[in-house]
Amino acid sequence: MCRIGAIKSLAPLPPSRALQLMLPQQEGHDNSGFAMVMQDLEGIFAHCKDKPLLSLACTPKGEQLVNAWMEEHGFVQVAQWAPDVNKRSGLNIELMPRYVFRNYDYPEIYRYRTEKEREELLLDTRLALRDLLSGKDGGHDEGYVYSFWPDVLTLKEIGDPADIAVYFRLWEDTGRLLARNIVIQCRQNTNYAIVRYAAHPFFLQGYTLCANGENTFFSRNREFQKALHRGYTGFESDSQCLLYTLHYVLRELGWPLQYYKHVITPLPVPRMGQRPDRDALVSVRESLAHLEISGPNAIIALLPDGRLLACSDAGKLRPLVVGRGQDMLAVTSEVCGLNAVFPDRDFETDIYPGGRDLVVIDNGLEVHQWRQ
Amino acid sequence: MAAVMVQDLHCCDLPWQVDWQQDKCVLCGACAAACTVDAIHFVASSRGVRGAALRQRAELARACTGCGMCSRVCPQNAIRPLRNPDHRFPLLARANGPLKRGGRSNLHAQRTLDKLTVGRISQMTDPALDSERHVFDLRAPLGRVLPVRDLPLRVEGEALSLAAPTPPVRWIYPLMFSDMSIGALSTRAWEAIALACAYLNEQCHLPVRMCSGEGGMPGRLLESEHLQYMVLQIASGHFGWNRILRALPRMKTDPAGVLIKMGQGAKPGDGGLLPAAKVAAHIQAIRGVPRTTLHSPANHQGLYSIEEAVQKMHLSCNAAFGFRVPVAIKCAASVTSVAVYNNLLRDPYNICGGFFLDGIQGGTGAANEISLEHTGHPLASKLRHCYLAAQAQGRQGQIPLWVGGGVGQTGQAAADAFKLICLGANGVLVGKLLIQLLGCVGNEQGRCNACNTGRCPAGICTQDMRLVRRLDIDRGAQAIVDYMLAFDAELRKLLAPVGNTSLPVGRADVLVATDRAVAQALGLDYAC
Repeated sequence: MCRIGAIKSLAPLPPSRALQLMLPQQEGHDNSGFAMVMQDLEGIFAHCKDKPLLSLACTPKGEQLVNAWMEEHGFVQVAQWAPDVNKRSGLNIELMPRYVFRNYDYPEIYRYRTEKEREELLLDTRLALRDLLSGKDGGHDEGYVYSFWPDVLTLKEIGDPADIAVYFRLWEDTGRLLARNIVIQCRQNTNYAIVRYAAHPFFLQGYTLCANGENTFFSRNREFQKALHRGYTGFESDSQCLLYTLHYVLRELGWPLQYYKHVITPLPVPRMGQRPDRDALVSVRESLAHLEISGPNAIIALLPDGRLLACSDAGKLRPLVVGRGQDMLAVTSEVCGLNAVFPDRDFETDIYPGGRDLVVIDNGLEVHQWRQ
Repeated sequence: MAAVMVQDLHCCDLPWQVDWQQDKCVLCGACAAACTVDAIHFVASSRGVRGAALRQRAELARACTGCGMCSRVCPQNAIRPLRNPDHRFPLLARANGPLKRGGRSNLHAQRTLDKLTVGRISQMTDPALDSERHVFDLRAPLGRVLPVRDLPLRVEGEALSLAAPTPPVRWIYPLMFSDMSIGALSTRAWEAIALACAYLNEQCHLPVRMCSGEGGMPGRLLESEHLQYMVLQIASGHFGWNRILRALPRMKTDPAGVLIKMGQGAKPGDGGLLPAAKVAAHIQAIRGVPRTTLHSPANHQGLYSIEEAVQKMHLSCNAAFGFRVPVAIKCAASVTSVAVYNNLLRDPYNICGGFFLDGIQGGTGAANEISLEHTGHPLASKLRHCYLAAQAQGRQGQIPLWVGGGVGQTGQAAADAFKLICLGANGVLVGKLLIQLLGCVGNEQGRCNACNTGRCPAGICTQDMRLVRRLDIDRGAQAIVDYMLAFDAELRKLLAPVGNTSLPVGRADVLVATDRAVAQALGLDYAC
């Protein structure tokens, strides 16, 4: 089972705070992996926040392939961070040979392009690099490209999260790796093949999402999504569908945030009948019936503007709790995680979103709770 | 020594032989009185102590149908029909032209659905739900669903609103009472089904809809609130539509939908047939016809093409009800179904609100046996192919798929419905099941199947008032309601273990096939 978490803070935080949130929950998440997305970076990435950051784990050959491809397509490398790793023996971790975190400048021809065009370029680039490293047919395995986006860093690996943190020196708060938003999860996909892409959080064009649960409408979601957008690909995990729907509703359709909840867990039609916005709700349900999820799911998502979102399936079959500390706020699966990071908080103000709730935390750490 | 007249008809040539036990019989005559086809009679006997004996008539027109009404009324259990495996009926009965009968295909009684099982069970991390505790949302759309980009949605602050009307869509129960007309059915049978439908809606909160069948319906019903539960059918004979159109200005509410029947699974490519024997005075009044055998043409008649005629009909029906009522189309399953469905999906006018697909195991009140047995297409694979065709275009769900033909054939309608929904159906239709709940004794082994004769022994498919009185409307309606409530509970019992609270339309991953050929044809996992 997964355990998921996110921390949002007014001041930049090191990843160790997110690990503190997750490690008490290890009985649930089984310690099989580590995955983290950091957004709104400071530390060594503070000076190039507007430059897309490539997060990559690969072989030496994979790195050569990526270098050649990026050069050929006009991207100019402006910064690189190679983690100073701790090669201590006895760590439970399945390493990739190279971990690459690089900021690039856009190709010259994109200098005067619109923001939207640049964002499409970044997606196309990530998809192309993914194909390049895995082979179109998935035939070879030269690496994994997790995100390519300004001000977003992704780190994923297989193994014990505490050991992974030792290896990447995440426990040592050196001030190099800092972010105001961190989304984290400590488990690999133990149901099926262990594939690095299957570990959430997943990322697409500024949207980050992780979920604890089983989307039993996976096949329905997947088949529908395949036809919606070129970025809806992979499907190594049923939870990816939740990200793609978030991206589709907010970015592609441009709908208000709460309609994400209306799409994934629509109200029963008889309940819609009592509402003034019935016609719109029914139409949304009809047209996007195949994006409805089913089964137990708790969802945490980070939006491009830094807002944090939390909700669950309509039956509230998975735990989720929001708690507030000093100038920061966390959303996670279990309250024991909150107790570890905010031991002195007023636990009476913890929020447990219900099956019809959507919780949004804005950049001022104000919590908005909206009921479907 | 008697001459052997081999060309004379004998009881041993008939499909049913009456087994009469003289020693038990008290000669009350109830059996002969109950027999609607006059297959048996009493004759003077030189051997019997009481001077009478029961004889089966050796006549094609009075051949025993195996309905067993004689057994039901016999106080002594002295009589029963026995199936005759060596009969010559199909050879001899064609002496009077093509053989006609009612019921289902007896030749193609295969049960693909019984070779599928719900094999993907939620356990542990993805828990099964509790069918009695969790909230389930069992509703299905009927109406044209627009692609999301075509919805006239407007963002107003934090809310979406519709800036223009969209095609009407009804969210109804995923089981519809199939189209059986007044005429094919007795007034009592039709009324019992309509009563059950209204009761399910008003007392049980199950929004079940009922299709009128071709031939219209009573004027009082057309002008009542109960019209909202009815789907009006228009078929190639257009019977009953005069009355419907005249009632339009006085309708208090809109019907649930309009269903244009292009074809029927039991007799694809053949029109409706109501033998003169069943065109009683009240049927003549409802349909506006004289007493004669009523044939609906094999297809809808148009000036230039069928396609154009149907297009016009679609538009006319949409317009007649102010574009407030979904207009759907019903076709017999066919090799060409996917092409037809594609055509409708790509229609730029969005006029089709549902594609009803009727499989070879659908029932009928009257058809040529040659059609019943030798034309048609099994349902399951065609449904799956239609769904996959829509999926390949990203259009799944835009024209809801409603399917019928053999649903509940073994009494397991919920299992059949669930499996068909997983294969891509939005909802299912049941017809034969309903009349079986009313008391129909016909089956797929040639029992009874006399719906076309006007001599229905259960009072269901006849207009003879003496026979119709055999059917108790209230008990019939109650049987349907009870079955539907069980259906609803059983449907939840299937949804719960796969972890779904709403209908898993197209979710074939929950099914496995225990037959390799079926697995291959439907694209499912084979399990053994």
